[in-house]
Amino acid sequence: MNYNQPLELTGLVSNLHEFFRDNLSPFWATLVEGALVLLALLTLYAVIALALIYIERKITAFFQSRLGPNRLGKYGVIQSIADMIKILIKEIIHIKEVDKFLFYAAPFFVIVSSMLTFGAIPFGQGLQAVDFNIGIVYVLATSSIGIIGVLLAGWSSNNKYSMLGAMRSGAQFISYELSAGFALMTVVVLSGTMQLSEIVESQRYAWNIFNGHILALIAFIIYLISGHAETNRGPFDLPEAEGELTAGYHTEYSGLQFGFFYLAEYLNMFIIASIATTVFLGGWMPIQIKGWDAFNQIMWYIPSYVWFFGKAGFLVFLSLWVRWTFPRMRIDLLLNLEWKYLLPINLINIIVMVVMVLMGWTLSDWFPALFGN
Amino acid sequence: MKDLILNIVPDAVIEEKEKLTVTVEPKQLHPLVKALYSNKELPFDYLISLIGMDWGDKLGVIYLLSSSKDMSREIAIITATEDRENPLLYSITDMYEAAHLNEREVYALLGIRFINNPDMRKFLLAEDWNGYPLRKDYNDDPKLNPITIANKEIVDIAPFIKEDEKGNLVEGTTDIFEEDDYVINIGPQHPSTHGVMHFRTALNGEVIKKIDVHSGYIHRGIEKMAESMTYPQILHLTDRLDYLSASNNRHALCMCVEKAAGIEVPERAQYIRVIMDELNRISSHLLAWAAHCNDLGGTTAFIYGVREREHVLDIFDKTCGGRLIVNYNVIGGVMNDIYPDFQKDVKAFIPYMREKLVEYDNFFTHNPITLNRMINVGNLSYEDAVSYAVTGPAGRGSGWSCDVRIHKPYSLYDKVKFKEIIRTEGDSYARYLNRLDEIEQALQIIEQLVDNIPEGEFKAKTKPIIRLPEGQFYQSVEAGKGEFAVFIESKGDKSPYRIKFRSPSFAAVSAMPIISEGELLTDFIGIGGSMDYVIPDIDR
Repeated sequence: MNYNQPLELTGLVSNLHEFFRDNLSPFWATLVEGALVLLALLTLYAVIALALIYIERKITAFFQSRLGPNRLGKYGVIQSIADMIKILIKEIIHIKEVDKFLFYAAPFFVIVSSMLTFGAIPFGQGLQAVDFNIGIVYVLATSSIGIIGVLLAGWSSNNKYSMLGAMRSGAQFISYELSAGFALMTVVVLSGTMQLSEIVESQRYAWNIFNGHILALIAFIIYLISGHAETNRGPFDLPEAEGELTAGYHTEYSGLQFGFFYLAEYLNMFIIASIATTVFLGGWMPIQIKGWDAFNQIMWYIPSYVWFFGKAGFLVFLSLWVRWTFPRMRIDLLLNLEWKYLLPINLINIIVMVVMVLMGWTLSDWFPALFGN
Repeated sequence: MKDLILNIVPDAVIEEKEKLTVTVEPKQLHPLVKALYSNKELPFDYLISLIGMDWGDKLGVIYLLSSSKDMSREIAIITATEDRENPLLYSITDMYEAAHLNEREVYALLGIRFINNPDMRKFLLAEDWNGYPLRKDYNDDPKLNPITIANKEIVDIAPFIKEDEKGNLVEGTTDIFEEDDYVINIGPQHPSTHGVMHFRTALNGEVIKKIDVHSGYIHRGIEKMAESMTYPQILHLTDRLDYLSASNNRHALCMCVEKAAGIEVPERAQYIRVIMDELNRISSHLLAWAAHCNDLGGTTAFIYGVREREHVLDIFDKTCGGRLIVNYNVIGGVMNDIYPDFQKDVKAFIPYMREKLVEYDNFFTHNPITLNRMINVGNLSYEDAVSYAVTGPAGRGSGWSCDVRIHKPYSLYDKVKFKEIIRTEGDSYARYLNRLDEIEQALQIIEQLVDNIPEGEFKAKTKPIIRLPEGQFYQSVEAGKGEFAVFIESKGDKSPYRIKFRSPSFAAVSAMPIISEGELLTDFIGIGGSMDYVIPDIDR
């Protein structure tokens, strides 16, 4: 079915593509397109980070009955930009007795890992830079590189606090990576593919969270918890734990190097929300109901990237809500939660999901007229 | 009681002053204290205060003892040595854990060393400080103790002097930490030490093995300063001890001076003072609650606590212009009358605060993470609470009925009805709940008083220069953190010969090593929050 989609960017993208094909040799066309995509992604990366920092500060202020930034621009909207400029021109303080190479390399691991993952996210119809057929494995793999940066930062800083923070982070990240991975695999079982674009496409009439009903919901909640834990944000912010470790693994960093950690942390929050959106909540797909063409048409008028950012934004809001409500966990409670509860539940969940898919107990199997693709 | 003392030390000088005062020779001190400590009927197991003194010809210590069973029974024991070059007294650390840091403080300020104290480093002052400030012949020439910006290594070696079986004195040193301990510095610049506190912490993984307390980074020598000030001037310093209990502290000194000078305080002033004390207690407990939550990682709760505290501070602001350091009590009454809407504001605050207490309950108190982080964490047993002299909500969390307002009622506290909140668990959660419940009790006290403030003077007429008669005067109050006491020795002058403040935070910090041992580093911070100490109170 072809709906009228006036605000989509697919037309612009394909026009550009044709323009380069017509005027340049294939090699140069690919190169220029690649450069353009890279530029667009980097810009988007920075813009989202700035927006998130502003939004988080405003929402936090709302939770804590404060005002939040309100001086720069209307409602303080350009506060983040001012902060960015500040952090860009700040001096990078050189610490004595650090392992120089590792110390300066560490922030890049973190930021590169987050950027690589960022590239694979389908932001909207036709707006996906990397679309492997093993998309989910790619996302899991690249997002795990970040922990190397954190461990290196803690190790090379020559600071006892940093060291403790990094060790906590290592234990936490590796544990929760398991749960996050298994939760995503549950969905892979359900949708039968690892390619992110196909996963989105398969959720046209039934989002995975509905299609797999109870089991998918369990997987979704587990993914949100472990994803939240992977981003090192409260109540799982033990690696930083400003109350105990001053700032944990990035205590000794300053200026842009600290900025990298900071940026990556914010973007990771968004990336986790994006993956959850893509995998569980239908990605950029608008709400559609089989047979209701008029309704579907109206939904398609809202462009896909708005749908995507709306859903991801909702999950980010949830994450902020949790962060500002709960006190910090203790390392033993944190590991207990993962190894004694989340992981066993997850393992059972994935097996039951396999059975469910084989037996045809999903919603789209039961009501193909309503939810079938 | 006298018979008991004379039985042990026949030549003791017993005087019936404000407190039963016993003067003994240094050699007889330890047996006497031991006898009092192990007295079956009424064990004197609570060391309120250990006051180092310089009487000019003699250097000595006044031990102020009381019983955990009946806090109204107090006894002062005085001992002194004439040796000014190498003054030695016997330590009582084998009975009272609280004596450890107190004796070290006396060593730093007066140079008296204690035999059998295992750790005789200076407390509050740097190890290389020249002279002993509280001695009357102290030379305060700044050239003797120049300010340096040189980096000083911390030496973890403690000297001691002890008596062997034959009665010979042996000097030696011990190492505080083992050789390959992983020692981290928590403080002096650390977000969660509630001030410039310094804990040298040996870790075993993330588990705390041993803590060594360093303090004195903001030691201002208030007791020394006070010796050259008149009494009304000293009042201003009391607010700067535990700044969260400014009213209560000042009330203690006012009462002590009034008692000594025989000044009658008008009824109206009494009412205003008690209401202000209780408001101050609420603000102190609110901040303690907020900071404790923040230490556990609940930033939002911190803001909530501070939000409610703001209402109390507004009332202070309108009453006397001060918010934190209120400077409101003066000798003979209060500085100025309450403002016309005072009662209305206070009465509006009471239901508001009750509503917020319910909100705290819903929001934080029953949160599963909170419970996990507090229940059975930082256990302080009843015996330890008494031995370390931990009073206030923390002491009452260990089952010790130690509310000065009940046992040694002052001002109007014998006229109002309120419950002493006691819990027996002794963990962080008990201390946490105690504070919230005490806010409610404080509200009830205010409720009983606010409508009945009598008309009349708000301040008694006093002489322009207040001189106290010769003698020793004591006064305790229940401050936000526990028993706060003032001791004044007067020689009939307009400024005290010696003034000593008993600080509840001092005791709370001295108990930190024992209750944190074996806990995780994360919990150490939370335990610190639950003990609720204020550093300027320690570094007087």
